[in-house]
Amino acid sequence: MNEIKHHTINSPNTKSIWKILESIPDPEVPVLSIIDLGIVRDVKINNEEFEVIITPTYSGCPAMDMIKMNIRMVLLEHGFQNIKITSVLSPAWTTDWMSEAGKQKLKAFGIAPPTAKQQVCHTELFHDGEAIQCPRCNSYNTRLISQFGSTACKALYQCNDCKEPFDYFKCH
Amino acid sequence: MNELINYTLQLADNSLILGHRNSEWTGHGPILEQDIAISNIVLDLIGQARNFYQYAAVLINNSTNQQFNQSTTEDTLAYLRNENEFKNCLLVEQPNGDWAKTILRQFFFSAYQFYLYQHLQNSNDETIAAIAEKSLKEVTYHLRWSSEWIIRLGDGTEESNSRMQKAIDDLWMYTDEFFEASSYELFAANEGFGAGVSLLKKDWMKKVKDVFDEATLSVPAELKQQIKWFGKEGKHSEHLGYILTEMQFLQREYPNSIW
Ligand SMILES: [Zn+2]
Repeated sequence: MNEIKHHTINSPNTKSIWKILESIPDPEVPVLSIIDLGIVRDVKINNEEFEVIITPTYSGCPAMDMIKMNIRMVLLEHGFQNIKITSVLSPAWTTDWMSEAGKQKLKAFGIAPPTAKQQVCHTELFHDGEAIQCPRCNSYNTRLISQFGSTACKALYQCNDCKEPFDYFKCH
Repeated sequence: MNELINYTLQLADNSLILGHRNSEWTGHGPILEQDIAISNIVLDLIGQARNFYQYAAVLINNSTNQQFNQSTTEDTLAYLRNENEFKNCLLVEQPNGDWAKTILRQFFFSAYQFYLYQHLQNSNDETIAAIAEKSLKEVTYHLRWSSEWIIRLGDGTEESNSRMQKAIDDLWMYTDEFFEASSYELFAANEGFGAGVSLLKKDWMKKVKDVFDEATLSVPAELKQQIKWFGKEGKHSEHLGYILTEMQFLQREYPNSIW
């Protein structure tokens, strides 16, 4: 696991930027803030410039452009003028970076949070890996319908007990 | 520098053209879940292409090479290059055919990308390594999904098996191009920023054989046709021109339009 500085505080200003970023939702899963999602890598102040360093979730995630725009807008609203948003690919984002609070919010929203152990990203065929808990009735008796769901970050499951289909925020 | 640019463009072109081909299924998939699945794969592929094009644009703009003008962007690379400037391999431009053929094309390509990106994660070019590392996780999903479909169809009904086998007979001849190095790939492997493509063949073959065995499918004994041209060097089949015509139409007809 690479060390991720979730709250680098260099001065009151970076601290206030981190605070502001907590208010920006992920456009596709709006119960999560971009901080919950773990995509904000660092906040820096270089002279008069405020730099926010983010890591994309998926290469083709259409939300990334919107997230960048929202960061810029919200910071402008709070009086920050000179804003730079930098995308860094490496180390690659992983669902391990999602905060515990974020996982709880996901579940309350009806999306099964990523499991703690990364068991899904392997090439073993027809293998469901670790059981995924139904976010509605908490049963582990669930089955995978499709590895690809409504957005790049989700897989489709169905609960065998309460019969409800649900999204699972898949390990990445 | 030219080789690095060409190498990066080739990685981008492969993902873009296959992404575009697969996108032709969006709204036409055999069932909703699989329509969504292939469209998700499209997003991943085009996302990878964008990362590589953005890097290529930086390299081109920083170089003194006058072959390109100085305001290259990811969009000019995708929308304003001609057929003979695209470096994708022939496989990815082949028409979708039926679901079996599309699945097989994806499987051949994902298996290739899977081993390629494993090598490129250790590229001495930081950006290529970073994009490969990021993309590999996505490719793992693509490989697993396409492998499972090969098995499902091959070991399915008589019809699904014969369609799968026909797809193999049609596409097998394009797979050798993966492992025949172009001049810039040779250079890239020597310099350490690219992978030695001939070295990937063993792993790729093993993966294909394992999946085909389980799917009760077989590799053709001989090639349907000997391919004499080479997409990596800009020599394409007739299909690429049609793809570009559709993909580039808007920017060619209405330059710089945005939406
Ligand atoms: Zn349930």
